[in-house]
Amino acid sequence: MFRFLFTKIALLLPTFFGVSVVAFTFIRMLPGDPVELLAGERGMTPERHAALMQQYGFDRPFWEQYLHFLGKVFQGDLGTSIVTKQPVLEEFLTLFPATVELSLCAMLFATLIGLPAGVIAAVRRGSFLDHSIMSVSLAGYSMPIFWWGLLLIIFFSGMLEWTPVSGRISLMYFFDPVTGFMTIDAWLSGEEGALASALHHLVLPAAVLGTIPLAVIARQTRSAMLEVLQEDYVRTARAKGLAPWRVVGLHALRNALITVVTVIGLQVGLLLAGAILTETIFAWPGVGKWVVDSISRRDYASVQGGLLLIALVVMVVNLCVDLLYGLVNPRIRYQR
Amino acid sequence: MKRTKHLFLASAAALLLAAPAQAAKTLVFCSEGSPEGFTPSLYTAGTTFDASSRQIFNRLVEFDRGTTKIVPALAESWSVTPDGLEYTFTLRRGVKFHSTKEFTPTRDFNADDVLFSFDRQRQKDHPYHGVSGGSYEYFDGMSMPDLIKDIVKVDDYAVKFVLNRPEAPMIANLAMDFASIHSAEYADKMSGNKDMFDQKPVGTGPFQLVAYQKDAVIRYKAHPDYWAGKAPIDNLVFAITPDPSVRYQKLKRGECHVMTYPNPADLDAMGKDAAVNLLQQEGLNVGYLAYNTKMAPFNNPLVRKALNAAINKQAIIDAVFQGAGKVAKNPIPPTIWSYNERTVDDPYDPAAARQMLAQAGISNLKTKIWAMPVQRPYNPNARRMAELIQADWKQVGVEVEIVSYEWGEYLSRSKAEDRDGAVLLGWTGDNGDPDNFLAVLLGCDGVGGSNRAQWCYPPFEDLIQKAKVISDRDLRTHYYEAAQTLVKDQAPWATIAHSVVFKPVRKEVVDFRIDPFGGHVFYGVDLK
Repeated sequence: MFRFLFTKIALLLPTFFGVSVVAFTFIRMLPGDPVELLAGERGMTPERHAALMQQYGFDRPFWEQYLHFLGKVFQGDLGTSIVTKQPVLEEFLTLFPATVELSLCAMLFATLIGLPAGVIAAVRRGSFLDHSIMSVSLAGYSMPIFWWGLLLIIFFSGMLEWTPVSGRISLMYFFDPVTGFMTIDAWLSGEEGALASALHHLVLPAAVLGTIPLAVIARQTRSAMLEVLQEDYVRTARAKGLAPWRVVGLHALRNALITVVTVIGLQVGLLLAGAILTETIFAWPGVGKWVVDSISRRDYASVQGGLLLIALVVMVVNLCVDLLYGLVNPRIRYQR
Repeated sequence: MKRTKHLFLASAAALLLAAPAQAAKTLVFCSEGSPEGFTPSLYTAGTTFDASSRQIFNRLVEFDRGTTKIVPALAESWSVTPDGLEYTFTLRRGVKFHSTKEFTPTRDFNADDVLFSFDRQRQKDHPYHGVSGGSYEYFDGMSMPDLIKDIVKVDDYAVKFVLNRPEAPMIANLAMDFASIHSAEYADKMSGNKDMFDQKPVGTGPFQLVAYQKDAVIRYKAHPDYWAGKAPIDNLVFAITPDPSVRYQKLKRGECHVMTYPNPADLDAMGKDAAVNLLQQEGLNVGYLAYNTKMAPFNNPLVRKALNAAINKQAIIDAVFQGAGKVAKNPIPPTIWSYNERTVDDPYDPAAARQMLAQAGISNLKTKIWAMPVQRPYNPNARRMAELIQADWKQVGVEVEIVSYEWGEYLSRSKAEDRDGAVLLGWTGDNGDPDNFLAVLLGCDGVGGSNRAQWCYPPFEDLIQKAKVISDRDLRTHYYEAAQTLVKDQAPWATIAHSVVFKPVRKEVVDFRIDPFGGHVFYGVDLK
């Protein structure tokens, strides 16, 4: 088990370096430099431009900047944003809980609906129900998030007035963030209705962000289940006269879950990408929107630091997924 | 479940909107983004100024709300020596700084605060100069380091600015955001932790910062001891909402009272919305097409005049601005004093244009139009504008290729003196002074820089230099009017449009005024 863990972690190192190179290089390949953008239409004299480039260290050779960056990273310093003059790590940590909260709820939403939907579709293969679930999930999978989010806001918030339009909690609640997770902070604050308000604000964005993962999970569960349901041991279980829910729920689903857990793990990376749009629409103060803003401002430190941290999160999540396999399916555990 | 949700929401919304009527009045502003920080002199974005200088701080002089007129603020009065080199300000007494968790002021505002605020920006060895990145774009951009020789404390309530050369727009410059006055006493107290000075701002302004959560919300409360009287509202909240259509949904639902930058596509619905007042005003900006007057054949004014006459500006206003714009005939917008009403714009006349081109001996002309890659107030869709001009010029036998670059690249490449083609660009005014448009954009100093037409025309330069050094406003107006006539005659630009700014506010908002500088000022605004 330890060897397994060790190999997995060792494999992360090259990936980490790769990401650092890519993040560092790509933002610099974009034309336009941050100093030029700071000045805008106003412009600045070439001397002042040069002086600022030197002040920020952008005039040094590329590899020298990279090594400097890498050296700092290993000391836990991701640099300072040229725009807000705040340490990148600090900004990331303030915003990250919001993204995690939203992603977890989206994943919960996707799994709670996607998994049963997939199972039902597989069990009732070829039925009207199966076809409906599959076509709805195909539609969900192809949904442009931006449009979908706006549509839900206009319908549920604008017309039906069921949900708030955007934000994380009603503005009448006001307390200092403790954990950064609004639901937990609201609960800790002890203010009446605060937790309900925070949850209420989560409904729409989580549904929007969860739409694509939901569709993927439903489709994957269905095909994995179909495969497992044809296995001999399922037939044996049925022949033994086990209750149908036991056959499906315990014998088939447990084995189908391996594929599904992999898919859920892979979705986390996609979720962070989807969060960029969802966060922008719902005015959700998370890291997705922050990275995009930083790219358009050529805020090198924030982009490279942010991407590195996000990549780290995705890698850790995938590592956890690998470990989860063992728990879900003993066959993998014994092989190791 | 649905019903309880609905009930909960209804009560929450009722509380949010009804609360002001009974107890504290809270105004919610749906803003478009996070401020870069809270010390205005360090930054250049309007979003930052909205969150800082316009609510938290005062300046020696300020723009009267909703106009470009200068009025006394922290300075009660001022005098200028006849040579225009010394400005002496008499400071207001009894002005209180905010009391915050970190800081309780022990004294009123005085000359030390003025010195601190400017010395931080101009003295490289000042203890606060290098704090928070330490670059002062506006201070440098407005040529303050060359201009200010010294700032002297005459006594506790009098400060003298000594200049290196007379500069009439000086007073207007001091009304700009970068000239906001900070507390020197607070700076001393924070000297062990200087970054906090910029993150937890203390000013004399009508609102004080209570809390800020990046990308989410900024909370202010009214400054109880504000020198001009406490603001009519008690709390001010910025709900940061990046998407314009979502901002409108929030406005409709009463989740905010005032919103920024509406989506042009929503304007129609807003006009008809019973809950919303759609305010509008011409913006303090100009969108133009700058020829390169150094390159043949555009060094010939006749060619430039001909091409101007070939552009159908009204079609551009309709298609690109969708009505949210006005044809520009001068290089400065009508909200600025000295705007020359008598200027006659080049008439749209393709036949005359063809004739003028023939007269100049031009045939089969091929050129480029540069289209900006970004949306700006003075040009919401440069690509579309370029295409319309391309079609117009085709009518008079001129072939156009449209080029574009990424924004930072565009700004720097378009400065080149040997640039090929005409550039679409624009300008938003900083201080409401005509000099801020005419000298920056068309003066000889700007060639190779902000003067994209590379136009250095001695008779024009002479006028704006003369107008720059005298303080007599009537005489300055006279010079600037003449300068605008020269611009029209010589046509370094096709002056295309001034945007019209729309500001949707809810009906219960009282006396919100559109700021010509594009900002949002909430002192003086009330809720019904």
